[in-house]
Amino acid sequence: MIKEIRFVLNDKKVSVEIDTLTRLLDVMRNEFHCLGVKEGCGEGECGACSILLDGKLVNSCIIPIGQVEDSVIVTIEGLKKTERYKVLQKAFQDAGAVQCGFCTPGMIMAAESLLSHNPKPSEEDIRVGISGNLCRCTGYAMIVEAVKLASIRGEGLW
Amino acid sequence: MWQLKDKSLESIEVPSKKYKNSTYPNKDISTSVKRVDSEEKIGGTAKYLGDYKFDNMLYAKTLRSPKAHAKIKSITIPDLPDGYYIVDKNDVPGKNAVKIIFDDMPYFADEYVNYIGDPLLLVVGKDKEKILNIMESIQVEYEELDGIFTIDEALSGKKKPIFNNDNVFIKYNFSKGSLCETFSKAHKIIEGEYDTGYQEHIYLEPQGMIGVYENDKVSVYGSMQCPYYVKNALKQGLGFDDEHIQVIQTTTGGAFGGKEEYPSLIAGHAAFATLKCGKPVQLIFDRDEDVEFTTKRHPSKIKIKAAISEEWKIEAMDIDIILDGGAYIGLSGVILQRAMFACTGAYNIENINVKGRVVATNNVVSGAYRGFGAPQAYFALEMFINKIAREFNVTPLAVKKRNFIKQGDPTCTGGTFKDPVPIPKLINKIEEVSGYSEKVKEYKDKKYKGIGMSVFYHGCGFTGSAEKDVIKAIVKLRKYKDDNVEILISNVEMGQGTTTTLRKIAAYALNINIEDVIYENPDTDRVPDSGPTVASRTIMIVGKLIQDAAEEMKDKWNSSESFEVTVQYKHPEGYCWDNEKLHGDAYNAYAWGANVVEVEVNPITYEVDVIGIWTAFDIGKAIDEKIVYGQIDGGMIQGIGYGSIEVMNSQGGRLKQRTITDYIIPTAMDFPKVNRELVDNPYKLGPHGAKGVGETSFIGAPVAFAAAVENAINKPIEKIPVTPEYIMEVLEND
Repeated sequence: MIKEIRFVLNDKKVSVEIDTLTRLLDVMRNEFHCLGVKEGCGEGECGACSILLDGKLVNSCIIPIGQVEDSVIVTIEGLKKTERYKVLQKAFQDAGAVQCGFCTPGMIMAAESLLSHNPKPSEEDIRVGISGNLCRCTGYAMIVEAVKLASIRGEGLW
Repeated sequence: MWQLKDKSLESIEVPSKKYKNSTYPNKDISTSVKRVDSEEKIGGTAKYLGDYKFDNMLYAKTLRSPKAHAKIKSITIPDLPDGYYIVDKNDVPGKNAVKIIFDDMPYFADEYVNYIGDPLLLVVGKDKEKILNIMESIQVEYEELDGIFTIDEALSGKKKPIFNNDNVFIKYNFSKGSLCETFSKAHKIIEGEYDTGYQEHIYLEPQGMIGVYENDKVSVYGSMQCPYYVKNALKQGLGFDDEHIQVIQTTTGGAFGGKEEYPSLIAGHAAFATLKCGKPVQLIFDRDEDVEFTTKRHPSKIKIKAAISEEWKIEAMDIDIILDGGAYIGLSGVILQRAMFACTGAYNIENINVKGRVVATNNVVSGAYRGFGAPQAYFALEMFINKIAREFNVTPLAVKKRNFIKQGDPTCTGGTFKDPVPIPKLINKIEEVSGYSEKVKEYKDKKYKGIGMSVFYHGCGFTGSAEKDVIKAIVKLRKYKDDNVEILISNVEMGQGTTTTLRKIAAYALNINIEDVIYENPDTDRVPDSGPTVASRTIMIVGKLIQDAAEEMKDKWNSSESFEVTVQYKHPEGYCWDNEKLHGDAYNAYAWGANVVEVEVNPITYEVDVIGIWTAFDIGKAIDEKIVYGQIDGGMIQGIGYGSIEVMNSQGGRLKQRTITDYIIPTAMDFPKVNRELVDNPYKLGPHGAKGVGETSFIGAPVAFAAAVENAINKPIEKIPVTPEYIMEVLEND
């Protein structure tokens, strides 16, 4: 069914007329050029397609666009404009948390989601918070360090 | 649950922006810098293959055999709508064979299909849903044939062979000393048999290629490790010459060997498709397609028989290695060789016989994967050492220490360990950080708590004489008028940090800022063939050539001039290898490691908690400490995954775990932090003394885990992955 779907994307009111079953991932990438939202599996397993939907971390590959009418969506493209992102970026760089980079935007979204709900997470909290994001390169330790570093440096931002 | 320590992060050094060697603290190149590619990767602007869009680009999807072994009787294609195409064996202008080493794997199945997933044809068009509809309406009639699905079936002789008359793709053998005599006089003879399973790479970015045909030239963009492997394969498949084929690597989201040889197949597909359709064609795998049909780590069956002296010295060892090669040979021969050259590991054994075979089966094709045969060999060997320890009622470390290699000792192929062998330093370090021997004592009476150790080497670079005889790497540096210098090589960044480390090497030698060094994703139109990004060779071999070229450039440096320096690999004196007899120095350099894993087994569910992971490595010299630590972290977790939770079984040629849902890889919650220690032992021919870390960081992990579980349950573990089901089976079968 083709329908006009209206929602807020990265602080902008947008709309798209499309089959309501189109994957949110494809709408993000193909209609709105949000290429930082990656397809790693298309099965909701790897988290490379993570975005924030009404404040919740979701896998956009398993969400049909029809479901996001009137919702607020934030992708890495939107998050990049914030102070919080700058702290996360520097923390990821300083901790050495980026290798091939394919999981990284999703990890940043997961970190943003975690810190928004829990600004001072323990290591265990962080590992749970990013448990929906697979990484094959880093073994996770430096990513965990990066999130911890961001929470310390970004005190007051989340 | 493992201990979660909230470690203070004050010790994280904030890397500086610009580095010249004059600003490196203590002029030490190891000091970490900000990774050059980190900003764009974090922000999602790094362009991977899926982010490329060409005008009028079409999509391609592969129609595959659902049968493991069959004759194709007929293919009925429905009437195609305008703008939709079939690309099959008839559209291969050159040779319908993927140039890997042998030419047995076709681009598209000809008369027979040999594994579930064997490509038949592509459907190409503009709309993905229409493509899927067309695929569903294509009718293929098969005459099913009996298949061979296990190593036992391949060698039993009971079924009709699928390759030659014995199902053996390739076999090798080497020996030294006198096995027969030693066995006849042996104090004790011990035997063991060990099995390892499949492993799938699960690089986060799936396989993909885009073919573009323009002005009589085919350009292929893609996620890959070896642009010239792909180019040479395209030359054979297209029948075009060098000037009419171009291969461009796109930013690669992980590879681990899975993008070493496999991309040549799909690059061909994209090339034939663009040639036929006249438009750019994108071929990207769905994840489940990638999990089920791309190359996997070779399953293995390794038998060891050894003659042991009264004081647990291994006097002779007879090793039989069998790998399941799957439907086509691919790189199996080289992988088998590496397994064979690793199979006596860190031990000096005077009398050896090593036999190796790769068998043909109608299973998914086995191929390159980090470690390349060594993980399988080390699993068998280190578990066998533990068996010796049990038989003599001594600790595994006691057996190891009785047999460890020292500098000057012969290698298993009759070469020499010319350089210092840092094993004692590694053992001291690992004992210090893990408390290994104390815990071995403590856990002797503690049921369900265990600790295991592996000690091993990794032969850095290509096995044997390939670097000299086959690759002959060429590296170019180009200085521009503005004093920027470009590195022109065919090696790629795939997450392991080369875009930063190779720049560091050049910048350090030239005494310029890293920012002033250019290193783009390789394009075969612009770069020479410096060899593939494999075998943990990139820093040690190519980095050294970059350093040499940079030093030459510095001597000729003239600020206003633009010029190039070209250097080629020269085989060092004193390293001899006979490729026919498999005799001499199989490797010029060895990286060494000791890994310890501590576990606690749940007595009811048999689930295993990893309590601690400790490592000590000699990788020569870290070109960038954080990047080396990142490789160690990643390698150890991937290795323990292979040893524990990464279950992939095949039955009747069909993988039972064939999606990312069913094939489980470690998440952030599965294993604790890895403790890493580096031991100094620079290699005089490596840049700043560097050797290889990419595989060294992986190969000892699986067996350290398995040994820990064995130690915990006090019953022999003879296969990986060590699953709770297997532990239960072992404990309940007394």
